[in-house]
Amino acid sequence: MSLASHLPPIGIGQRLRIWSIIVRTGLSERIAYRGDFALGTLMRFLPIITQIFLWGAIFNAVASDAGAERDDSQRIGGFNFPDMVAYFLLTMIARAFSSMPGLASGIASQVRQGEIKKYLIQPIDLIGFLLLSRISHKLAYYVVATLPFAFVFFLCRGFFVAGFPPPHVFVAFLGSLLMGFLIGFFLEASIGMISFWLLEVNSLLLIFMLFSFFLSGHMFPLTLLPESVASVVNLLPLKYLAYFPAAVFLNKIPEDELATEMLIEAAWLTFFIVACRFMYSRGIRRYSGFGG
Amino acid sequence: MAIIDVQELTKSYRVYRKREGLMEGVRGLFHRDYTEVEAVRGINLRVEAGEFVAFLGPNGAGKTTTLKLLSGVINPTGGTATVMGFVPWQRQNEYRRRFALVMGQKNQLWWDLPAQESYRLHQQIYGVPADRFQKTLDELTDLLEVKDLLGQPVRELSLGERMKMELIAALLHSPEVLFLDEPTIGLDVIAQHNIQRFLRFYQEQRKITILLTSHYMKDVAALCKRVVIVAGGLVQYDGSLAGIIDKFSGKKIVTLQFADGDRPADLDRLGTLLDTHWPKVKIGITRADVPRVLAETLRDYAIEDVSVEDPPLEDVIADLFHQVS
Repeated sequence: MSLASHLPPIGIGQRLRIWSIIVRTGLSERIAYRGDFALGTLMRFLPIITQIFLWGAIFNAVASDAGAERDDSQRIGGFNFPDMVAYFLLTMIARAFSSMPGLASGIASQVRQGEIKKYLIQPIDLIGFLLLSRISHKLAYYVVATLPFAFVFFLCRGFFVAGFPPPHVFVAFLGSLLMGFLIGFFLEASIGMISFWLLEVNSLLLIFMLFSFFLSGHMFPLTLLPESVASVVNLLPLKYLAYFPAAVFLNKIPEDELATEMLIEAAWLTFFIVACRFMYSRGIRRYSGFGG
Repeated sequence: MAIIDVQELTKSYRVYRKREGLMEGVRGLFHRDYTEVEAVRGINLRVEAGEFVAFLGPNGAGKTTTLKLLSGVINPTGGTATVMGFVPWQRQNEYRRRFALVMGQKNQLWWDLPAQESYRLHQQIYGVPADRFQKTLDELTDLLEVKDLLGQPVRELSLGERMKMELIAALLHSPEVLFLDEPTIGLDVIAQHNIQRFLRFYQEQRKITILLTSHYMKDVAALCKRVVIVAGGLVQYDGSLAGIIDKFSGKKIVTLQFADGDRPADLDRLGTLLDTHWPKVKIGITRADVPRVLAETLRDYAIEDVSVEDPPLEDVIADLFHQVS
């Protein structure tokens, strides 16, 4: 053994190897928790069944009020019954991309317990690391969930009355899912970064989740909101987490507005990336390295 | 040029003072009282390449804060520091690839994965070439005798085994500067000894620079020629371990074994009586007075045996800490 010789510089190839090993390590970690993970994945399908019954009852009630049988010409907020079910199936997909369980609270607990130190000491970027770990978690999730998803969509294929969207809309749908994932990530990571100032962000996170639940379209299509409320909610970025990808797929976004809407989504994404980076760089400057 | 150069380094924290009681808590929502806590008040330190330096000091002395500053975890309030020419809190990757910090109370390894997987991750993050990585890993696992444990999830390892794994993780990229914060905390005597032996061997072989904080005097005595005592956020002493006694203890411990007979009533004129198990008496005597007092004692009493010793290092340091705080 002799005095340490310098390590070779890190080039593009090495950077890719770093990314790939972070994803792979994240996958191994998921496998370590496979039982909990598989159960959690399957449980996600339960709410959709309640949604189908609930909206079936609502459409029935509206029809009987009008003294008629339920049929597909009845619309609530621009959605007929099959549309509504298709909508919830699609928001389930959107949420599978945009939901970030444990991200903000994880950052907060790392700050509070001092584990964030390791990202300051090691030659690695915390945000990049978290993003790659999240990608690996999502990948593991898709592997487990694809079959059940396909099965549920197959059973519910009758609800997609408009059929498969044209290719350019489908591409926009995929783009909106991807950006939805990134917006979800950087939005929640930004909330996590608040813990550099507040330490305890759980109540804040709860408020955010409550708003997100109603205003992202997770609970009902945003077109159901009164005009005045809807116009405000439409300006918020929350709709990209659930409503927007589903609306794109179901052709609820007028063709001529689709490109503009996608650009606005990209602008929001940029905003949250910058906000998250800015808060992180400010946060670590005032960080006092808690916990020993 | 010194590999670690610290000048007038200060760090103060703003601490929110929460008062007791619900009403005070409600008031705290609108008006907060802050106090400045000066953890480090102006540390000066130069360490040459290849030195193994111990940081001693009572809890809250500023040792860990100094290590955090030098490893770039926190930003200072004032002063300057460079390590290998880098300013730590700029957190340049070139710097971060050349040092390591091990904290006895913190994990760097993934809790639910075998250490082997964390090591692979480290290899890539630090950009260690595969052959060099394998060679270093083999050497380290041989030295620490943990080859069989590489495949076991970290959560299943004992504290001592985990510490060894942490050390390996920190050394895989062959850092030139190593900061160790309480590396033997909570370990039993055998595990402590193993870690000490490893650190001594590794440092002698590689000639890396190590800064160590520890509460165990045995760690320090076994490993470091140079000791820096920090208390109250300042360097109180910088020198050899033996020098601490010369500098801070003005006393010697003289043990006298009297010949049988009655115990003289005036023994306390010789010095401070520390312990009496007649006919054996321990007396603390001011260093300069020792020859005179001994001569008088031998003249005036029947003495069978005499020994003159330095006071135990732990006691001297405890006294010193006590004085400073």
